[in-house]
Amino acid sequence: MFIIKHKKIFLIISAILVLSSVVLLFVFGLKVGIDFKGGALTEVVYKESRPIQSDLDSQFKTLDLGSVLIQPTGELGYIVKSIDLNETQHALLLKTLSQDDKSPLEEKSFNSIGPSVGKELTRKAIIAIVLVSLGIILFIAFAFRKVSKPISSWKYGLMAVVSLLHDVIIPIGLFTIMSRFYGAEVDTLFVVAALTILGLSVSDTIVIFDRIRENLRNKTGESFSETVGKSLDQSYMRSIFTSLTVIIVLLSLFFFGPESTKYFALMLTAGMFFGTYSSIFLASPLLVLIEELQVKKQAKK
Amino acid sequence: MLKKIVSILIVLILGAAVAFFVFKSEPKLNPNFATENSFFKNSPFRLGLDLSGGSHLIYKADVSAVPAGQVSVSMDALRDVIERRVNLFGVSEPVVQVQNSGFISGEEEKLIVDLPGVTDVEKATVMIGQTPLLEFKIEAPKDTPRNATIDKDGKVTLDTSLQFVSTELTGRYLKKATLDFDQTTSEPKVSLQFDDTGTKLFAQITKDNIGKMVAIYLDGAPISTPVVREEIPNGQAVISGSFTPTEGKQLVGRLNSGALPVPITLLSRQTIGATLGGNAVDAGVKAAIIGFLIVALFLILWYRLPGFIAVLALCIYITMMLALFKLLPVTLTAAGIAGFIISIGIAVDANILIFERLKEELHSGHNISDAVSAGFHRAWSSIRDSNFSTIISAMIFFWFGTPLIKGFALTLGMGVLVSMFSAIMISRIFLSGLFFIGEGKIARFLFSSGFSK
Repeated sequence: MFIIKHKKIFLIISAILVLSSVVLLFVFGLKVGIDFKGGALTEVVYKESRPIQSDLDSQFKTLDLGSVLIQPTGELGYIVKSIDLNETQHALLLKTLSQDDKSPLEEKSFNSIGPSVGKELTRKAIIAIVLVSLGIILFIAFAFRKVSKPISSWKYGLMAVVSLLHDVIIPIGLFTIMSRFYGAEVDTLFVVAALTILGLSVSDTIVIFDRIRENLRNKTGESFSETVGKSLDQSYMRSIFTSLTVIIVLLSLFFFGPESTKYFALMLTAGMFFGTYSSIFLASPLLVLIEELQVKKQAKK
Repeated sequence: MLKKIVSILIVLILGAAVAFFVFKSEPKLNPNFATENSFFKNSPFRLGLDLSGGSHLIYKADVSAVPAGQVSVSMDALRDVIERRVNLFGVSEPVVQVQNSGFISGEEEKLIVDLPGVTDVEKATVMIGQTPLLEFKIEAPKDTPRNATIDKDGKVTLDTSLQFVSTELTGRYLKKATLDFDQTTSEPKVSLQFDDTGTKLFAQITKDNIGKMVAIYLDGAPISTPVVREEIPNGQAVISGSFTPTEGKQLVGRLNSGALPVPITLLSRQTIGATLGGNAVDAGVKAAIIGFLIVALFLILWYRLPGFIAVLALCIYITMMLALFKLLPVTLTAAGIAGFIISIGIAVDANILIFERLKEELHSGHNISDAVSAGFHRAWSSIRDSNFSTIISAMIFFWFGTPLIKGFALTLGMGVLVSMFSAIMISRIFLSGLFFIGEGKIARFLFSSGFSK
């Protein structure tokens, strides 16, 4: 009942988080990775010592490779970002990095994506976003197809969608910070993470709403807000624990897992966390708020 | 009663058998791997390029010259040729796939080539690009405008590219090429033998062009422009040009390994070094083990006996998934391992849903055995609902994904399905077999959770 009593505080917290995420998104923006815009990413590790970055920078300025961005990685490595490279350009890049073989190096990975492949991936990502959103909205519509009192069923669906947006926007806001300060880029895994959050979040909300409707049918509690409060009391532990186990494995993936899935794991962790938060502290309090407004309206009439 | 014990034994034996299979077929775990029979030896984990190291190349095929209905046939021919070419270089388990144009994949016909173990991109692309493109062209009609340029000495150069027009006959229809030497001049020459379709096409071309030139183009440049004297119905042609015996020999080798039916250009390349891939595998395994141990510890401490059973079911779930990865087989990528690790967390979800329900049933005064069956019964709709949206997403990712995303979608989707089975069937068989524990205080304690006594 605590949550329903103090629902305004939680609603305000959510609103602040969502708003600041949107502001961050506009202020910092998102760096788009080579997956979508095309380009090349080369990672090298030097065998003995790493040449000074400014030397390489000035070397690259004399070459016809467009703008080349060099970032140090590990103790002996560099990550080089550039336009997409063909074989000769790639050979030239390696030659320059190794300073004509004076600083022997090993190429750990090379990834060059042409603009047309980037466009294809962008199109695929958009189709996937549309389809997943559509699928989830249909799923919500299906889950809430039975009309129930005192709140009509589409309002449950609407609240599920509201908390869904909340759960995706906040991790994206966090990602803009990672993007700004740690160079994280929007790649295909980012899109997958965002869409996976959609799926995981909606199921959490639906399970709690189901409980509310079950209690409404069984006439548990005097008022609507009391029923919602009781439903939350019954299900919040369960909600937290099911997310907790997923968060445990995600954090383990973040701390110990492969480099390539680190940001992916972090974003999913945030999504899982806020997904659980929203199903307990946002979606259900919102339902009560709507009901209260509805009652006030009727009283006026 | 006996039935329940038998079911538990069956589940345990099957689980052990699956675990045994995974152990036996894994060289890192099994010290006697070298002496195992082929069934175990041929079931390794299949690692994607980002884990095993290797190159991923995407080519665009220029099919503008191919008649509309023939595109997919040509693309398949292209794939076969590149596959042969790659096999010739001894790459183990290369994957060559055609990606046809379409609404989703864009307007271009693409060829995707995965070369495990090949980390030298330059070598890899040369290996594929080396394949010659053989074309037969005929004289353009007389009235075709030609570009002629007159240089400052007044010499007229005719642009030969417009002089000839393409025919349908390409290296695609080549059966074999051999190196011969002209009996009189002892100059090297390359004899070509066409296949049935090629023979018909060549007969038609020679019949229609008696007295005219037929140009043989190799990689876009004319190498020989003989004049046709008569119709050639037997599908044999000879290229004689200015090449040395060594060049001739190379040409024959290249032609025999397959000429490209359509020209290709490289769109994107990705190479991952073997060390980077190996590190990713180690990190993934480490993350999975640590994640599993923490989850297991949590389950046992919080949910006590049912928690222990859930851990047992989770172990069976994990070995089942690993065996499926080996047997199907599933190509594992870093994202795929991530999907699998997440699925371990999700697999526990179903158990938690059941246990929380079970606890409620116990509170409302049911005995343990009734509470177990009611707990399973009432948790089912929640389990179904909470997994449904993940399955939808996984399916859509699988349809539209790049290999990276497909790996994630497949392991996550499979994980959700298998975990539903393991939570419902396996946990249930175990839990309902625990009737002998009775209704005493200890039994109640073991079935409770959290801080309650």
